[in-house]
Amino acid sequence: MNMKSPIATAIAIAVGLIVLAGYFVPLAILQQIRFQLLDWAIIVVGFAAIVGIINLLLVHYKRFRTSGPGHDSLSLVVILAFAATLVVGLLFGPSSSPFQSVILKIQRPIEASLMAVLAITLAFACVRLFQRQRGTLAVVFLLSVVFFLLLGSGILGTLGNIPVLGDLIGLFNRLPVAGARGILIGIALGSLMAGLRILLGADRPYSG
Amino acid sequence: MIELSPVIFSGIAIGIVLVAAILLFIFSLPSLRSSPRSLRPIPAVQRLRRAIGLAVEEGKGLHVSLGKANLLEPPAAIPLAGLSTLERITQSSMISDRPPVTTSGDPAVSILSQDTMRGIYRSGNVLESFDPAQANLVGASPVAYIAGTLPVAADENEAAHILVGSFGPEVGLLTDQADATGSFTIGGSESLPAQAVLYATAQQPLLGEEVFALPAYLGAGSYHQASLRVQDWLRWGIVVVLIVGTLLSVALG
Repeated sequence: MNMKSPIATAIAIAVGLIVLAGYFVPLAILQQIRFQLLDWAIIVVGFAAIVGIINLLLVHYKRFRTSGPGHDSLSLVVILAFAATLVVGLLFGPSSSPFQSVILKIQRPIEASLMAVLAITLAFACVRLFQRQRGTLAVVFLLSVVFFLLLGSGILGTLGNIPVLGDLIGLFNRLPVAGARGILIGIALGSLMAGLRILLGADRPYSG
Repeated sequence: MIELSPVIFSGIAIGIVLVAAILLFIFSLPSLRSSPRSLRPIPAVQRLRRAIGLAVEEGKGLHVSLGKANLLEPPAAIPLAGLSTLERITQSSMISDRPPVTTSGDPAVSILSQDTMRGIYRSGNVLESFDPAQANLVGASPVAYIAGTLPVAADENEAAHILVGSFGPEVGLLTDQADATGSFTIGGSESLPAQAVLYATAQQPLLGEEVFALPAYLGAGSYHQASLRVQDWLRWGIVVVLIVGTLLSVALG
């Protein structure tokens, strides 16, 4: 059996209920407690970031030091890049213009390159979809992609003035919105139930 | 168009939360509990169960990707669903020669994933087998997260990649890399662009709320199964409200 501390569970449930109540009930005292609790949460997350970074560095240090299958030379690059960013950030300040400029000039081209690779990857993935999922849904998916790409590009915009065709284009423009809302309602219900399970103590992603 | 005042809006929201909580409590009572067999079959989950079994048999690992969301912003429910999934997967695979690993883009989620895994190892009396490096914080921004996770996806010793978290369209790079190594991939997200990309690139995509149902399908307990029934009831309630609302708006002009 997975033992969880009843004290930790009781604190988690109480804090969850107070924050939820503070969101809906406009009582001044409840709002004050809610904001205080959220401030504490932000501080805890800040400490979590420090712990997470230390863990990340230790993992990469271990990978670099290990000789054998687990060895990764690139881990040294991660550690050195982190140290360089930390030193420069401490010297100039994280929001200073030279620091931001150097960081963004490295980060943006790398992210842009990855996005370019993603565009090619997705184009190939659409073709490979038929190898993986041979069925009506795969055909509908591909036809929808082509059709809504044409619709979104504005090529069919001139047809909008023709009476019946214009209405049809309007309908097709609204169709993805309706589908998206249906999926989002499902996601919202799933989120609600995940939150409720935590509030009722049925789900406890902490050992306490 | 009818404008709802903030008080009425709050009242409706509290009402929905209370109804959901009461239904959840009722459906989890032993006499009203539904059997796990009564759940609608999801082919992706059946394939995942088989992949977990194969990974344990072959001594290969499982990778659970928890995405980039943090716990202080709206998609916070998705990493929580990911942590429940991680708990079930760790229970099923901790006896494997190669333990499961997780990647996340948020420090708090990373610590919780480490804590979740440690709790399972402790309850299985194999705490000495747990290595904190199994839970990895890989990158804070969306692209940095994917770039940091790519080496895990490229590892041929990882038999399956379970992507349950908040992703953007860049998740396509991850699934493509996993596909290149012949690993099994299953993925779901709260983001619509990510769901579209996962549909095209993952071997088994999870659409809509299926991602939240994953722990229940992996046998996470009666509360998880009860919550699926509550979701169904609430969904029917929303359908009725939408239809009645549409009819009323047409009738009232």
